[in-house]
Amino acid sequence: MNLDFSPEDLAFRDEVRAFIAQNYPEGLRERQEEGEEMSKEDFLSWHRTLANKGWVAPAWPEKYGGPGWTSVQRYIWSEETARADCVPILPFGINMVGPVIYTFGTPEQKERFLPPTLSGEIWWSQGYSEPGAGSDLASLKTKAERFTGDDSKEYYLVNGQKTWTTLAQHGDWIFCLVRTDPAAKIQEGISFLLIDMKSPGVTVRPIITLGGEHEVNEVWLENVKVPVENRIFDENKGWTCAKFLLAHERSGIAGVARSKRGIERIRQIAQAELSDDGDALIKDPMFKRKIAELEIDLAALEYTELRTLAGEAAGKGPGPESSVLKIKGTEIQQRITELALEAAGHYGAPYFRGFPKDGDNAHPIGPDFAHRAAPTYFNVRKTSIYGGSNEIQRNIIAKMVLGL
Amino acid sequence: MDFNFTEEQSMVRDTVASFLQDKYDFETRRKIVGSDSGWRADYWQAFAEELGILGASFSEELGGLGGGAIDNMIIMEEFGKALVIEPYLGTVVIGGGLMKHSGHASAASVIEGIVAGTTTIAFAYAEPQGRYTWSDLKTTAKKDGSGWILNGHKAVVVGAPFASHLIVTARTGGGQREASGVSVFLVDKTLPGVVTRDYPTVDGGRASEVYFENVSIPADALIGNEGGGLPLVEKVIDEATAASLAEGVGVLRKLHEGTLDYAKQRKQFGRAIADFQVLQHRMVDMFIELEQSVSMTYMATIKLDESDAERAKAVSAAKVRIGRALKFVGQNAIQIHGGMGMTDELAIGHYFKRGTIIEGLFGSVDHHLRRYEGLSFGAAA
Ligand SMILES: Cc1cc2nc3c(=O)[nH]c(=O)nc-3n(C[C@H](O)[C@H](O)[C@H](O)COP(=O)(O)OP(=O)(O)OC[C@H]3O[C@@H](n4cnc5c(N)ncnc54)[C@H](O)[C@@H]3O)c2cc1C
Ligand SMILES: Cc1cc2nc3c(=O)[nH]c(=O)nc-3n(C[C@H](O)[C@H](O)[C@H](O)COP(=O)(O)OP(=O)(O)OC[C@H]3O[C@@H](n4cnc5c(N)ncnc54)[C@H](O)[C@@H]3O)c2cc1C
Repeated sequence: MNLDFSPEDLAFRDEVRAFIAQNYPEGLRERQEEGEEMSKEDFLSWHRTLANKGWVAPAWPEKYGGPGWTSVQRYIWSEETARADCVPILPFGINMVGPVIYTFGTPEQKERFLPPTLSGEIWWSQGYSEPGAGSDLASLKTKAERFTGDDSKEYYLVNGQKTWTTLAQHGDWIFCLVRTDPAAKIQEGISFLLIDMKSPGVTVRPIITLGGEHEVNEVWLENVKVPVENRIFDENKGWTCAKFLLAHERSGIAGVARSKRGIERIRQIAQAELSDDGDALIKDPMFKRKIAELEIDLAALEYTELRTLAGEAAGKGPGPESSVLKIKGTEIQQRITELALEAAGHYGAPYFRGFPKDGDNAHPIGPDFAHRAAPTYFNVRKTSIYGGSNEIQRNIIAKMVLGL
Repeated sequence: MDFNFTEEQSMVRDTVASFLQDKYDFETRRKIVGSDSGWRADYWQAFAEELGILGASFSEELGGLGGGAIDNMIIMEEFGKALVIEPYLGTVVIGGGLMKHSGHASAASVIEGIVAGTTTIAFAYAEPQGRYTWSDLKTTAKKDGSGWILNGHKAVVVGAPFASHLIVTARTGGGQREASGVSVFLVDKTLPGVVTRDYPTVDGGRASEVYFENVSIPADALIGNEGGGLPLVEKVIDEATAASLAEGVGVLRKLHEGTLDYAKQRKQFGRAIADFQVLQHRMVDMFIELEQSVSMTYMATIKLDESDAERAKAVSAAKVRIGRALKFVGQNAIQIHGGMGMTDELAIGHYFKRGTIIEGLFGSVDHHLRRYEGLSFGAAA
C-alpha cells in the first residue's frame, strides 16, 4: 500500500502540464475560473484541441480513438485539467452515448457516429427525462411507432416531449429513450434511438434556471421520422443501454480535482476579503473552520475514490459504491459555492445578467468573483438532483450494497 | 499508487481474525471484562507465541517480522471488531514505536521483550490539568547523580493495570506548558514509589491514576533527548491515533453490520423495520461514514512516514472524519435498535461505548480540527 506515482506517471504528468500550458488559452481559463457561462465555441475549441491530440476521450478503448491510458493516468489527467481550470469536456458524447455505441452498436453505427463524436462535429444531447418521468425514468411516454416509408425503408414515428435537456440549443443529435412496446412491462418496451435534431418536428424551447442561465431545454418531438438503423441495440432492449450509461455517468462524478481547485479559490478569495474584525476573512475562526471541514471531507472523498479506482484497476468495475462518490462529491461542490457566496458579502446581491451589456467596464462593481457567486450557488443545487438524485443514490446503495 | 495488501499482511489479518473468532466471542469478552485481572495474560502469550503478531510491525533487525504501520492498522481493525481489551496499542504501537524511533541503546532488548510478550507497556502522558496539550506537564524528573527522581500524577493511564512498564513524559526543564524541557522515560512499574489506583473504564477496559513519589530511576531510563522529547511524543501519538482509528473502523464495521442485521429481522407494523425508507437512508449514511473512515485510515497510516507536518495533518484530518463517524454511526446504531439498543445484553451497546472512547482518545474532534487548521493555514491565518 503506497501513494507514490511511478516515474512513468510523473513523466506523464509533466507532459500533460506542458501541453495544457501551451494549448489552453488564458482568456478561456480566466472565464472558467470566474464561473462564467461558456459559449458553444468555448466548449468546442478546447474539445477540438484535445481531439487533435487524441486525448479527448480518456476512457475509450484505443481501437475507437482512446489514448490507452491507465486508470492512474486518467486520474492524473483529471487532476491536471482541473488545476488548470480547463473547460470541461461535455459528457453527453464522450462519456455517455460514445460508450453505448461502441458497446452495443453495429459496425456501421460505430463507423458513422464515433469519429464525429470524438472530433466534436456532433454535439450530442441527452433525451432521457420527461415531464412525467424523472427519477422514475422507466415510466417515460415518448413513443416510437414503426412504419414503412414511401421509400419502402423502415422508420419510427416519434411523438412526445423530453425535458431538462442540457444545452440542446446547440445540439446536432439527441439520444433518446423511447417506448416501442406500450404493452410490455415498463422496462421492457423501451428502445434507444439516435435522432438528428435537424429532422422536421423537433422543437427546442429554453428553460431558464435559477442563476438566470439558459442551460436546459424542452425538446418536443412531433411526428419525427427516424430511420430504424438509428436504433442502438435491439428493439425493446434500450433499458440495457440506459442502465449501462447511468453507471458510466456516475464514475468521475465525484469531481474531486475540481473541488480541490474550488477550495483553493475560496482560500484566495478569503485572503482578499475582509471579516467583521477587519482582518482577512481567512483569519475568521468560523470561516476558517468551514474551509478546514471542507478540506477534510474532500480528503475522505478523494481516498474513497482512489480506493474505487484501485478496485476498478483490479477489474472490479464501477459498482453501486460509486453512488457514495456521487452523494459526497455533489455535497462538497455545493458547500464550496455556499462559501463563495458567503465570502462575497454585500456584493453577492448585484445581478448583471441582461444588464446593459458593455456597461461601465472601467469601474467594475465589487470583487471579480462576487457577481457569479450567487448565480453559481443557485445553479449548483442541480448536482444533487440530476444524474440520479442523491435520494435515488441512497436507494441504490440500500438495495444493491446493503441488501435492504 | 497501490491500495492492496501484501500476502504477509493478509496472512496477519487472517491469523488474528480466526483466533478472535474462536476465542474472543462476545460472551468470553464479557467474562474477561468482569474478571479480577480484567485481561487474559494467557491470550497475550498466545499473541506472542502462537500467532506471532506482537512482532509483526517491527523490522527483522529488531526481532520482528519486517512489517510496519500497515500491520498495526490491520491488527487494530481486527481487535476493534472483537473489542479486544489486551494492550496492543500501549505495548506495541506506543511502547515499541517510541523505542524504535528513539534509537535508544536498549531499544532492541526492550522490543525483544515486547515481541516475546514478557514486557507490557502503558503510556503515562496525560495529566489532570493538561487536557490534550502533551507538553502541559507538572510531572518532573530531576537529575540525581547519574539517574533521575520522578514526581507527579498521571491521569487515566489506559492499560496500566496490565503493564510491566510505563512510558512517562516528564519535565526536565522549562515552564509547565513549554515545548522544550519535555523528556520521556521508560519506568519499571514495580519500582518503589510508583503508586497506582486501578479502576475499570466505561468501555470495558482498565486504567490507573499513577502517582510517582520520589521514584528513583536509572540514567538509561531516558528515551530520546533530554528536554527534546516532544517531537518524539507527537510522532508516536500520531501513530497511536492512526492505529486507534483503525480499531475504530473495526468498531464501525460491527455497528453497521449489527444494525443491518437487526433491522432486517425486527418486525413492526407487519414488516421488517428495514423496509422503512427513513431507516434505509440512515443506514446508507452510516455506510458512507464507514467507507470514508476506511479511506481516511488508509490515508493516515500511509502518511505516517512523511514529514512531521504532513503526518500530523493527515492524522488530524482522519481523526476529525472518523471521530464524527463514530458518533454518528454509534448513536444511530442504538437508535435503530430501539429499546434493545439500550440494553447491556446486546453487543451493539458495547461497540457504541468503545467507539465513544476512541472518539476522544488522543484528543477530541475539536482538538484535531484546531490542530489541522494550525497546520493547513499556517501563516496565512
Ligand atoms: C440542470 C439540469 C440538467 C439536466 N440535464 C438533463 C439532460 O441533459 N438530459 C436528461 O435527460 N435529463 C436531464 N436532467 C433531468 C434530471 O435527470 C432529473 O431532474 C432527475 O432525474 C430528477 O427527476 P425530476 O426532476 O423529475 O424529479 P423527481 O423525480 O420528481 O424528484 C423530486 C424529488 O423527489 C425525490 N424522489 C423521487 N423518487 C424518490 C424515491 N423513490 N425515493 C426517495 N425520494 C425520491 C427526488 O430525489 C427529488 O428530491 C437535468 C436536470 C437538471 C436539474
Ligand atoms: C429506558 C426505557 C424505558 C422504557 N420505559 C417504558 C415503560 O415504562 N413502559 C412501557 O410500556 N414502555 C417503556 N419503554 C419502551 C419504549 O416505549 C419502546 O422502546 C419504544 O416504543 C420503541 O419500541 P421498540 O424498542 O420496540 O423499538 P422498535 O419499535 O422496534 O423500533 C426500532 C427502530 O425502528 C424505528 N421504527 C419503528 N417503526 C418505524 C416506522 N414505521 N417508520 C420509521 N421508523 C420506524 C424506531 O424509530 C426505532 O429506531 C421504555 C424503553 C426504554 C429504552
